[in-house]
Amino acid sequence: MKHKTTKADVEDKGANACWYYSDLVKEHFFHPRNFLKKDPGPGKFDAEGEVGNFKCGDIMRMWIKVEPKTEKIKDLKWRTFGCGPAIASTSAFSEMVLAKGGLSIKEALKIKPGEVVKKLGGVPSRKIHCSVMADLAFKKAVENYYKKAKK
Amino acid sequence: MKNMARFYFDHASTTELDPRVKKAMEPYWEKKFGNPSSIYAEGREAKAAIETARKTIADLISARPEEIIFTAGGTESDNLAILGGVRGHRMSSRTSDVPTPHVITLKIEHHAVLRPIEELEKKGLIRAAYLDVDKNGLIDLAEFRKSLTENTILVSIGYANNEIGVIQPIAEISKIIRKFKKEIIFHTDACQAASYLEMNVQKLGVDLMAVNGSKIYGPKGIGFLYARNGIKLEPILYGGGQEKGIRSGTENVPAIVGLAEAFRLVQEQRKKESARLIKIRDFIISELQKKIPEVVLNGHPTKRLPNNVSLSVLNAEGESMVLYLDAKGIAASTGSACTSESLEPSHVIMALGLAFEYAHGSLRFTLGRKNTKKDAEYLIKTLPPIVEKLRQMSPAKFSRKK
Repeated sequence: MKHKTTKADVEDKGANACWYYSDLVKEHFFHPRNFLKKDPGPGKFDAEGEVGNFKCGDIMRMWIKVEPKTEKIKDLKWRTFGCGPAIASTSAFSEMVLAKGGLSIKEALKIKPGEVVKKLGGVPSRKIHCSVMADLAFKKAVENYYKKAKK
Repeated sequence: MKNMARFYFDHASTTELDPRVKKAMEPYWEKKFGNPSSIYAEGREAKAAIETARKTIADLISARPEEIIFTAGGTESDNLAILGGVRGHRMSSRTSDVPTPHVITLKIEHHAVLRPIEELEKKGLIRAAYLDVDKNGLIDLAEFRKSLTENTILVSIGYANNEIGVIQPIAEISKIIRKFKKEIIFHTDACQAASYLEMNVQKLGVDLMAVNGSKIYGPKGIGFLYARNGIKLEPILYGGGQEKGIRSGTENVPAIVGLAEAFRLVQEQRKKESARLIKIRDFIISELQKKIPEVVLNGHPTKRLPNNVSLSVLNAEGESMVLYLDAKGIAASTGSACTSESLEPSHVIMALGLAFEYAHGSLRFTLGRKNTKKDAEYLIKTLPPIVEKLRQMSPAKFSRKK
């Protein structure tokens, strides 16, 4: 699928910061990929992680299924409460992790928020800090995975 | 997408220009362009136009024409009332060791009221009391009475709130103030009220009242401040001394003419239009509460503007709802942190004593002249699946029963 991108304001223009979102943000926001529709049954995933809280207004939860030998991410699902970029960035992140049959944990941990923003064709800068948190949710899920694996 | 019908439910944000208002303004752009301060024919013609407008507005609120000051809108009117009122008080006191003046307002006021008060407070020029409201958004009159002090010089309480539409008992507040001390200046921001409520300043008992054009089907960038004779206001803009020296700057003649015509039209139609909108408002509130679980109405159910529906939809984020609604042709607003300049949730919803969850999920629909019951039906049909989708996507399951 080819996306036409409009220029979104990646730069903060101060008090008059623009609220337009790029076509890619909109595409992911209106058609989110890999979100978890039904509560998972036991064993469907190996670990989960959550970041954010109601005070700041964005909450993200991520579930992962890992191939133990290769540590490849076989499946990743998410749920997000938040604004347009919060939902879009989690969706984009999930696509990046699951690309080419799934990245390894090590590779996936290297994904920086900036790369997610780039993939979305830009996000208003004031929104990056509070909304683009998928990498943090993923990190929490990985921690949870290793904690469980140790036991 | 391109030819999709639009359903505009954000009239508290701004209204379209009434074509009759546009027509009334028309001659003053090109034909009758004079500066009202000029003594020759073109100037006199412009001067006559603004004086007619002033008289029209004064009559509508039972004031005298000289008590109407034209400004560039609601924000300026509020700033003039507060900064001008406080400075006027300071100028009129004869001794230098007067006690710090005291100002009272509500936590739910518009930022155009709160910010100037906070600025004066920061500079140590006043002490300020920001009063709580009850869970319905109404002032507590007993608490208000107790907050009045010997040094109170100004009270600023909005007539109807811009977010939750709650109408404050202005006349009763005025009586409490007068009983306590005659000289306290009572200001009300009436920008949201002007289309629907009684605007008679004698009945309301206010000294200052702010109104703007852009919420009453008039032009943007114009407003007025009613200032009762005898109230000492220091200007916040200095220059050529227009508007009795209180508001310098060449008068915006077409906008002033438009403001008066818009105000006349909304006041003429207000009772009929209010009755029509109340039906649609209550229909939307009850239907959405029936169709969507965990939805609460913000603000008093009946002491609210006829056009205001303010809801909190739990576990669905405001900006996301607004964007999904927009994609379906509906314009609405939210008090969610995500859409504010400060990334803070609405201070109004928070002042109702509710948890953050309510502010993040707040949605405001404000009706207007062109909205019909059919529009309401479209909204009622469109919102529930959006909420369902966003809730499905949300990891949070906050419940008001908790």
